[in-house]
Amino acid sequence: MTSPILSIENLTIGLPAGGDRANAVEDVSLAVRPGEILCVVGESGSGKSMTASAVMGLLPKGLPVRSGRIMFEGNDLLTLPAETFRALRGARLGMVFQEPMTALNPLMRVGDQIGEAFRVHGEKGDIRSKVLALLEDVRLPDPPSIIGAYPFRLSGGQRQRVMIAMALALGPSVLIADEPTTALDVTTQMQILRLIRGLQERRGTGVLFITHDFGVVAEIADQVAVMQHGRVVEHGEAAQVLNAPQHPYTRALTAAVPHGRARPAETHAPEPVLALSGVEKSFRRGGGLFRRGSPVQAVADASFTLVKGETLGLVGESGSGKSTLARCVVRLAQPEKGEILFHGTDLLPLGRAAMQPYRARIQMVFQDPYASLNPRRRVGDIIAEGPVTHGVPRDKALARALELLALVQLDAGAMERFPHEFSGGQRQRIGIARAIALEPELLIADEPVSALDVSVQAQILDLLDGIRKRLGLTMLFITHDLRVAAQVCDRIAVMQRGRIVEIGPTAKVFGAPEHPYTRELLDAIPGKAWTPPLEAA
Amino acid sequence: MGAAKLLRFLAARSVKAVIVVLAIVVFQFVLIRLAPGDPASVIAGQSGAADPLFMQQLREQFGLDRPMHEQLLIYLRDMATLDLGFSHRQQQPVARLILERLPATLLLTGTAFLLAITGGVALGVMAARRVGRPADSAITVLALTFYATPIFWVGLILVLIFSVWLEWLPSFGMFTVGAELSGWAHALDVGKHLILPSLTLGLFFLAIYARLARASMLEVADQDFVRTARAKGVPEGRIVRAHVLRNALLPVITFAGIQAGQLVGGSILVETVFAWPGIGRLAFDALLARDYATLLGVFFCTAVMVVVFNLITDLLYAVVDPRVEVA
Amino acid sequence: MSFWRRFARNLGAMVGLAILALVALMAVLAPVLFPFSPWEMRGIPFMPPGEAGFLLGSDSLGRDVAAGIAHGALVSFLVGGVSTVAALLLGVTLGALAGYAGGWVDDAIMRFTEFFQTIPSFVLAVVLVAIFTPSIASIVVSIAIVSWPPVTRVVRAEFLSLRSREFVQAAEVLGRGRIAIMVTEILPNALSPIIVLASLMVATAILLESSLSFLGLGDPNLMSWGFMIGSGRSVIRIAWWMSVFPGIAIFLTVLALNLVGEGLNDALNPRLARRRGIVVT
Repeated sequence: MTSPILSIENLTIGLPAGGDRANAVEDVSLAVRPGEILCVVGESGSGKSMTASAVMGLLPKGLPVRSGRIMFEGNDLLTLPAETFRALRGARLGMVFQEPMTALNPLMRVGDQIGEAFRVHGEKGDIRSKVLALLEDVRLPDPPSIIGAYPFRLSGGQRQRVMIAMALALGPSVLIADEPTTALDVTTQMQILRLIRGLQERRGTGVLFITHDFGVVAEIADQVAVMQHGRVVEHGEAAQVLNAPQHPYTRALTAAVPHGRARPAETHAPEPVLALSGVEKSFRRGGGLFRRGSPVQAVADASFTLVKGETLGLVGESGSGKSTLARCVVRLAQPEKGEILFHGTDLLPLGRAAMQPYRARIQMVFQDPYASLNPRRRVGDIIAEGPVTHGVPRDKALARALELLALVQLDAGAMERFPHEFSGGQRQRIGIARAIALEPELLIADEPVSALDVSVQAQILDLLDGIRKRLGLTMLFITHDLRVAAQVCDRIAVMQRGRIVEIGPTAKVFGAPEHPYTRELLDAIPGKAWTPPLEAA
Repeated sequence: MGAAKLLRFLAARSVKAVIVVLAIVVFQFVLIRLAPGDPASVIAGQSGAADPLFMQQLREQFGLDRPMHEQLLIYLRDMATLDLGFSHRQQQPVARLILERLPATLLLTGTAFLLAITGGVALGVMAARRVGRPADSAITVLALTFYATPIFWVGLILVLIFSVWLEWLPSFGMFTVGAELSGWAHALDVGKHLILPSLTLGLFFLAIYARLARASMLEVADQDFVRTARAKGVPEGRIVRAHVLRNALLPVITFAGIQAGQLVGGSILVETVFAWPGIGRLAFDALLARDYATLLGVFFCTAVMVVVFNLITDLLYAVVDPRVEVA
Repeated sequence: MSFWRRFARNLGAMVGLAILALVALMAVLAPVLFPFSPWEMRGIPFMPPGEAGFLLGSDSLGRDVAAGIAHGALVSFLVGGVSTVAALLLGVTLGALAGYAGGWVDDAIMRFTEFFQTIPSFVLAVVLVAIFTPSIASIVVSIAIVSWPPVTRVVRAEFLSLRSREFVQAAEVLGRGRIAIMVTEILPNALSPIIVLASLMVATAILLESSLSFLGLGDPNLMSWGFMIGSGRSVIRIAWWMSVFPGIAIFLTVLALNLVGEGLNDALNPRLARRRGIVVT
């Protein structure tokens, strides 16, 4: 085994007084070897990004390094003079960040931003041709035109390629990647992962890769370190940690990863609850009082039928129109064409008042637990709001809210509290209670777990499944995560650029996909070769 | 943005500007008709014992015996040919009065604006780079002070200090009356007279721009792309200049556009205090004399000035920010 | 931490609040401290401060400058407060409609608002007061007319961003009415910037009122700070106190309101505390 090029030794980073713990990062030791990818994996707040920032010397002010060393190429980075450290950054240490949309200067041409990396490190000569070669390396189309473009012209995936080009410009020996694919779609994510892997192997770069996604770990890691509450709880070879985890936390985490196995088929009476046919919805981009914007087709000719008790998954990447289609059903968006039959009644022509009775029968669970609850209202009122709107006396509605809290496994004390006092998972439970307070027949779940940590995801999915069975709900489940879809849906509809390209029973869509796009999506599931171990009893 | 695109952008914005100017004319038309009394008596000044001949002349000019929409057309036609009416008190066309006075106002507001924007941005950047330290506090206090002081009072206090007590600078007018200077001597004389008024007008806006620039710098300094630059190893000084400052200037430009009207409005007060012979002083004299034809002319002129200024800031913004699309 | 404790921790805001309390006390006690009309001749003209029983001197007609300042406080507060309330009513209504309804309603309202922002506000106020003859009513109306556009912009931006927030969409899906959604779901979450803006608007209104009365466009029956400075302007060489003291009164009041506004901003938006000064007035 080669000796490490970067080693973090007993690093402890403090938190300001009054935080929920004394240290953000505690006694962390990690080693990155040349040509190797070390994945640091953990849930939000585990201190993994903080560790990465410390290596780059980019810790926010007010977070002191309490002890430890970070040895890189023979120096302790923590004791290096500022100017010497600066000269290392970008030259010997490269970094790629999570959010490609905001990580580039909007007022500077892409070529100048990459070129700046050369210039500030004293590189002379033909910088333009070096930049062109780099753009070629990260496989961006038409480098001569990209070089003169401003970032807003580029897609998220393209910007992330620019970031990678910039980070690798001077051939650093270590690349730090902080959740570089989290903000990207699954097919783009796979391309970027393969790009990083390929460049790293060719150049022999050591990579410190921060992620929350075990699928990504399975895809690219050589070594894995699992972090929890600022500490490394398990550390080892990728195969070892993924398939035979030792620490209980790692075991719980890997067990919570959606296993992607289709759930046992249920039989449903052929009683259609919702039938869509030929639904079309387009948006206008830009435009104003005197000028119409250019139309963007969000949903094109969408048709499907949902029978009683069934769960249909709408899957696709961002911009595929899956959310828009769901919002058309609850009339948060108004389709231009088509029929939305609910028990045989077309909802589309109904006005606000005529729609009212159906509101109680079709409800929705939203994606972002931090945005879906009114911060100024008490939880009890939030849950009771629906029934009160539909004529239930307030005291009765509040009594019912109390029962619902129990159903979603929150204690009664929650009634009088405000949303900000709860964690993301708890808020999502409140959101579910609000949706089922009206005793709907059809529940639309719009990415209900994608904003949650993986262990919380599993709990919420369990809760939803239990409630679905108990109340006999019919469900339209929107997700971008194919593993989740496989686990909760009877049938799957795959959407691409506004169209449903394939629809069928879950086992068939996953086992024998017909449409090339479905195959592409399945191929892009990170770590699909890896099956999470079941939690040892 | 390429030159051709920029030209198209300019053309589109000019059309918009013309529409706004038309709207201002209509607004003025409505205003005169909403006022108590008939438009002729409003223009002549209600209490002024205007002579009947002049009133008759006004009524004919407005076409008051015709239907409303025709009156509006007449008014639009008059304004389009820059016929802003006739000042009965000064016995001159309002347009000529304004054109005579306009250069003085442009000199004053232009100098004040340059002072405010350069000084304000410089102070704001200084404060942001030393956030939380004494220099920052001092700049913040200074900005708060000027932001809270009525500008006409600042003018009077400056006169009191620099003209009355210290006797360094002239307190009124644009040049020394009767000195008959020419060439550089004249320019120097005007410059001396310009110092106090432009300082008075500029300090208030300097305070605003300083606060805005400071906040904007701090905001941009927190953004992801600044962290990217740091990760690239860009030296701190270059980060501020090449990455933070350029982005931080965008809201300042926007704000300068929005504030243009206030700058012009402020010149009425400053010209009044310093007897500066511009359109602000003209407006004040018109107020005293109840010469509302002139007052409305000045109103129209200042509104057009703001429209033109907005056009310039839009253009500047389009040059600086590549994201601006041609409308 | 509670709102009040965050506010109280801000030294500037507390100083501002103290100054405001003092000025308000002065306005209330004016009839007791100076139980005579501020227009009344009380002695020899042009007495410097501290002489002949004049605390802050006398003016060109022998009126008491101190009495004028005390009585003028009421006018400043009255004009500042009432015109701000009027501008808020108009601005919040239009902004809420534009932001919530979107589409052509939004376009129409915003073009209208932009138009009013293009017109130089002080010049418009001067023209309005002049044409409709100076009185406390025409002054208040004119100031309100020139100060609502920023409110509309701020409220619209808030409504626009809150409208697409999921909790508002949840209310739509629950079947709540449009007005209920605007008033009970969105408005409470948009109040912080409105409150901050309001405190700064009172300050701006006081400055505007003093500027108008400085030009001689004040209510002829009410003593106001701007009028006092205006009447002292031509005699500043012999009676500086006539202009200086009312100016200090305006300065302190406006400064106090700005300090309170910043304190409110910091306390209501703890995470945005550093954005101070960005509030567009």
